[in-house]
Amino acid sequence: MDLALKAEHKAFADEVRAFARENLSPATREKTFSGKHYDRDDHMVWQQALGKKGWLAYTWPKKYGGPGWDVTQRFLFENVLAEEGAPRILPFGPKMVGPVIYTFGTDEQKERFLPGIRSSEVSWCQGYSEPGAGSDLANLRTRAVREGDHYIVNGQKTWTSFAHWGDWIFCLVRTNTEVKAQEGISFLLIDMKTPGVTVRPIIMTDGAHHVNDVFLDNVKVPVENLIGKENEGWTCAKFLLANERLGIAEVPASKRGVSVLRQIARSEPQNGSTLADDPAFTAQIADIDLQVQALEMSELRVLSTMAQGGAPGPEVSTLKVRGSEIQQRIAELTMEAVGEYAQPYQPGMLFQDTNETPIGPDHAPPAAPRYFNMRKTSIYGGSTEIQKNIVSKMVLGL
Amino acid sequence: MDLAFTPEEQKFADEVRAFVRANLPADVRDKVKNGKHLIRDDYMRWQQALGKKGWLVYTWPKKHGGPGFTPAQRYIFENICAEEYAPGIIPFGTKMVGPVIYTFGSEEQKSKYLPAIRESTVWWCQGYSEPGSGSDLASLRTKAEKNGDHYIVNGSKTWNTMGHWADWIFCLVRTDPKSKPQEGISFLLIDMKTPGITVKPIIMADGGHEVNEVFFDNVKVPVENLVGKENEGWTCAKFLLANERLGIAAVPQSKRGVEALKDIARAEQEDGKPLIENQSFAEKIADLEIQVTALEFTELRVLSQMAHGGQPGPEVSGLKIRGSEIQQRITELTMEAVGEYAAPYLPGLLWQGTNEEPVGPSYAHLAAPRYFNTRKTTIYGGSNEIQKGIISKMVLGL
Amino acid sequence: MDLSLSDEQKQLKDAAERFVRDKYTFENRRKIAATERGWLPENWSQFAELGWLGMSFSEEDGGYGGGPIETMIVMEEFGKGLVLEPFLPTVVLGGGMIASAGTKAQKEALLAPMIEGKKQFAFAWLERQSRYNLADVSLKATKEGAGWSLSGHKGVVYNAPSADHIIVLARTAGSAREPKGLTLFIVDAKAKGISRRDYPTQDALRASELTFDKVSVGADAVLGKVDEAFPVVEGAVDRAIVALCAEATGCMDAINAATLEYIKTRKQFGVPIGKFQVLQHRMVDCFTNAQEARSMTLMASLKIDDKDATVRAKAASGAKVQIGKSGKFCGQSAVQMHGGMGVTDELSVSHYFKRLTMIDLMFGNQQHHLTRYSNLAMAA
Ligand SMILES: Cc1cc2nc3c(=O)[nH]c(=O)nc-3n(C[C@H](O)[C@H](O)[C@H](O)COP(=O)(O)OP(=O)(O)OC[C@H]3O[C@@H](n4cnc5c(N)ncnc54)[C@H](O)[C@@H]3O)c2cc1C
Ligand SMILES: Cc1cc2nc3c(=O)[nH]c(=O)nc-3n(C[C@H](O)[C@H](O)[C@H](O)COP(=O)(O)OP(=O)(O)OC[C@H]3O[C@@H](n4cnc5c(N)ncnc54)[C@H](O)[C@@H]3O)c2cc1C
Repeated sequence: MDLALKAEHKAFADEVRAFARENLSPATREKTFSGKHYDRDDHMVWQQALGKKGWLAYTWPKKYGGPGWDVTQRFLFENVLAEEGAPRILPFGPKMVGPVIYTFGTDEQKERFLPGIRSSEVSWCQGYSEPGAGSDLANLRTRAVREGDHYIVNGQKTWTSFAHWGDWIFCLVRTNTEVKAQEGISFLLIDMKTPGVTVRPIIMTDGAHHVNDVFLDNVKVPVENLIGKENEGWTCAKFLLANERLGIAEVPASKRGVSVLRQIARSEPQNGSTLADDPAFTAQIADIDLQVQALEMSELRVLSTMAQGGAPGPEVSTLKVRGSEIQQRIAELTMEAVGEYAQPYQPGMLFQDTNETPIGPDHAPPAAPRYFNMRKTSIYGGSTEIQKNIVSKMVLGL
Repeated sequence: MDLAFTPEEQKFADEVRAFVRANLPADVRDKVKNGKHLIRDDYMRWQQALGKKGWLVYTWPKKHGGPGFTPAQRYIFENICAEEYAPGIIPFGTKMVGPVIYTFGSEEQKSKYLPAIRESTVWWCQGYSEPGSGSDLASLRTKAEKNGDHYIVNGSKTWNTMGHWADWIFCLVRTDPKSKPQEGISFLLIDMKTPGITVKPIIMADGGHEVNEVFFDNVKVPVENLVGKENEGWTCAKFLLANERLGIAAVPQSKRGVEALKDIARAEQEDGKPLIENQSFAEKIADLEIQVTALEFTELRVLSQMAHGGQPGPEVSGLKIRGSEIQQRITELTMEAVGEYAAPYLPGLLWQGTNEEPVGPSYAHLAAPRYFNTRKTTIYGGSNEIQKGIISKMVLGL
Repeated sequence: MDLSLSDEQKQLKDAAERFVRDKYTFENRRKIAATERGWLPENWSQFAELGWLGMSFSEEDGGYGGGPIETMIVMEEFGKGLVLEPFLPTVVLGGGMIASAGTKAQKEALLAPMIEGKKQFAFAWLERQSRYNLADVSLKATKEGAGWSLSGHKGVVYNAPSADHIIVLARTAGSAREPKGLTLFIVDAKAKGISRRDYPTQDALRASELTFDKVSVGADAVLGKVDEAFPVVEGAVDRAIVALCAEATGCMDAINAATLEYIKTRKQFGVPIGKFQVLQHRMVDCFTNAQEARSMTLMASLKIDDKDATVRAKAASGAKVQIGKSGKFCGQSAVQMHGGMGVTDELSVSHYFKRLTMIDLMFGNQQHHLTRYSNLAMAA
């Protein structure tokens, strides 16, 4: 075991940093540090730059066009990008459907879909959840009925993140209603431009539009868009969820969050000095800092098992649980640091690039909205309660 | 609405204080004040003094020889006793079996048992729990078989608090093994001197002996010791548990505990100053004090309902939960205040009151054992998980 | 000692409950929040008719002789409905300061019409650097002839867009953060030299940033004594805190009720999610938290008129600590137990959550009041 970096890894980190500085738009970078919302272009321009460099699908093996990095490189890549203020890579293509396609798809499907994912020319969204199927995903009802060389899909997906930006959606659909819930599900790729697909925004607590309802009304989907075998979609679904959980701890972003929080504390006035001179507050930052470090070491331990050829076990669920709690706590402390000036609601400053001057300091407008918004992290990707059930059952044998 | 005492209430308060000052033996007061362990005789001397005054069974109605206090008087009585460092009244006779007897017992039973409880000439203990029946009390197995005008009792009870000091034990026993668990239970009074009873100590984490196992080997109990009807003991059991929970929040004791903690924090030094001047430690005490106040006002609200004819509902379970957590927090902070000097273990000084010199300040050796010991408060009297289960079902309807 | 409501108080509670039930369904509130003013004049008139605007003032001051308990009763119901009318800035803060420090003339000119529903107030104390320190004030008032001239900035002034008068805390002497040397001025909201930037807050109330550029006021604009405003302000803010605690208690009751209902009806895995023990116990913790919040609010409402200033300050701070803690717990738990629905704008939970969050930030958060309480308690 060795925590120190080898020379070639240092060089790699430098390369990533140089790339980010050259390719990340200053406006996007600024949004990251001030906590504003990105628009579609912020993500796409950056992801396409990564795609060109061959780095977007950085977790993929070489065989499928990934860079074939070792775990140290991945770790450095993620950390350097977070430090440089890059937006997170939207996971739906590169981390979700991509690996499903190269693991379960046919050669034609690989050829057809993987390049668009690697280059970020095509953007994807995830059609798992339904109004009646949240934690209990297997309860999903969206029907796909085979008619000749097409499926006719009817039903509703909900909470679909970025469906309003999506070119394609991957869906879990029910193809057999006679068997046990998990056994009649299939994994289907659907072009969002197909007639019968309607997207309706869901507005979040902070006023943001990230998620949507997606209605599927007699949508015709060619059978060649089926991944894996009919009625075996649950296997793909579970494989994808396990992948999803790994990156979801967001340690690099939390590290950045802690350092931004310290900067804010240094700039917030209090009793003639700053909040950074208030031991009660700095102790709370220290506490969250230590939590981030513990989480990072836990993640490194998992990565090290993976480097030795092991697969990440169900204990990654604990990373997701702690990771989301930490993200929420950082948002909470940031809002507390801002204090009374977290109260004005300034949607213009949050969602549009207006020229308004902020009320209070520059970092004030996103503070409370972000706190509200981050409550989602313990709900999506399998809620905290569900993750704990998984650990209880799979790890502790309860 | 008025927080202030009426002139009569004020007069009563003065009377109680004068009584305690005149009748609480100085050595007992001293032990309570310094957190030392009390022996049987310490309790008895104080309880018999109260008994003489007619105040030992201060929660009983006049009809059964109680003083018929109003809720406000109860509150005053409990608080002044605590402020004056009186030991807590042992509940087994006065708050547990006494009310069961006057509610469910026959006239003979009332005249046989109640006077000795009122005067504290007989020491009672509680025989509910068994090795296989803790939270799931109704699964108890100790058997009582009728044989002429006697029951023959076989089985074992556990966790009997102060069973080694007791003259009598009240037991839940199974009289009908065939019916549903709750329906075959009876409530039986047993003289501890009856042949066939053995008491075996259980040593607690702090090294102390306060609980016991009690074994019953063909113990002959006259049928007239049955309270209520045969197989209807569960009604008595539940009635008793509800009574038990009301006083168990121990607010007056906790108020005293916070004051004692402050004294220790004033005596302990850090960086050349009293610990109480450490802002972060002082805030922990402040937080605890606020918790105690919240609990006290919750209890006052319940008492005020009772004064207007209402009955305390299952929400009393909430008092037990918070009360026990607060008791634990007091011991935890006290141990923190003592710091490194909490480490030496001095059983002689702790249990026998030897003349050993303490290591460190005189209160130091008590701090850690108390912290360990007080973990019991969230377990006994129905664990906090069980209390939450009760509220969830009875109050929230879940 | 008696902690039960009198018959009149019970009637007040019923009336407030009825108002919220009739006028503040969630959909109605959404509509009110979307109006330009952000509250409804007809509701305000109704408050006046029902006597709520005057209930906590003495009969001598033209009120109806109630006190903090009456305020508590009404604020708690307001919390249940997330009522938007500016009761706190106008009645509790503005009215409260005028009643405690105003001259007879000021009371006649301002308090009486306020009780009739014809005048509203805003209290401007915060500045960019103040955080929660009420004495950290630098807006300057300088003598100008017989009167004064005010210059400087005030921030997050609730109800400034609707107020007829702004009560401004200004520095007339002393150095930065010195409690002595502060003076309150009652300024016409339309006075020359005041510029306003209005905005909504996270929880749909209305507030403003105010700039004072040589705003001239007469000597009669001074509320209370020159240089001696601090105790008046501290007392008024402590009362406002207790009122906010009552509002928060109402919010907690409502958010808990909504969550309880939700977990009884939302089914996953073939059962209502309220059958899962983790959610049951968390719901119980919410319930206990709300109980404690109610207890501390009651305690503070009973003690906020105490003769001893330390008792009053400790009561307000102690309650605010509890409300911060309980409000956060109930709010976060409600969102979590609602799953995705909890983070949407659609259901009421997120709105209660936002209000509870903002209440913690107003007039000092949990940590601030824990420090204040601790300092007071240790000094005693
Ligand atoms: C911002 C956001 C973005 C999302 N993006 C997407 C997306 O792009 N694509 C997609 O398919 N989905 C997405 N989701 C949906 C997400 O996966 C679901 O919200 C999640 O699975 C929870 O389901 P639910 O919201 O229906 O809550 P429910 O399942 O109704 O859960 C409600 C509460 O009950 C608890 N609970 C449920 N079952 C149990 C149990 N057995 N034991 C204990 N507690 C339990 C939960 O933990 C939760 O606290 C998104 C959600 C959010 C909030
Ligand atoms: C110091 C002390 C003194 C005592 N004195 C007496 C006495 O004088 N007389 C007497 O009769 N008894 C006495 N008791 C016994 C006491 O009532 C029991 O300890 C208590 O009922 C818990 O039972 P248990 O110890 O068997 O724990 P268990 O019932 O085995 O519980 C173990 C854990 O499981 C949890 N648990 C159990 N069921 C559930 C559920 N349904 N849902 C969620 N969690 C659950 C519990 O909360 C606990 O955390 C005493 C106990 C102690 C520690």
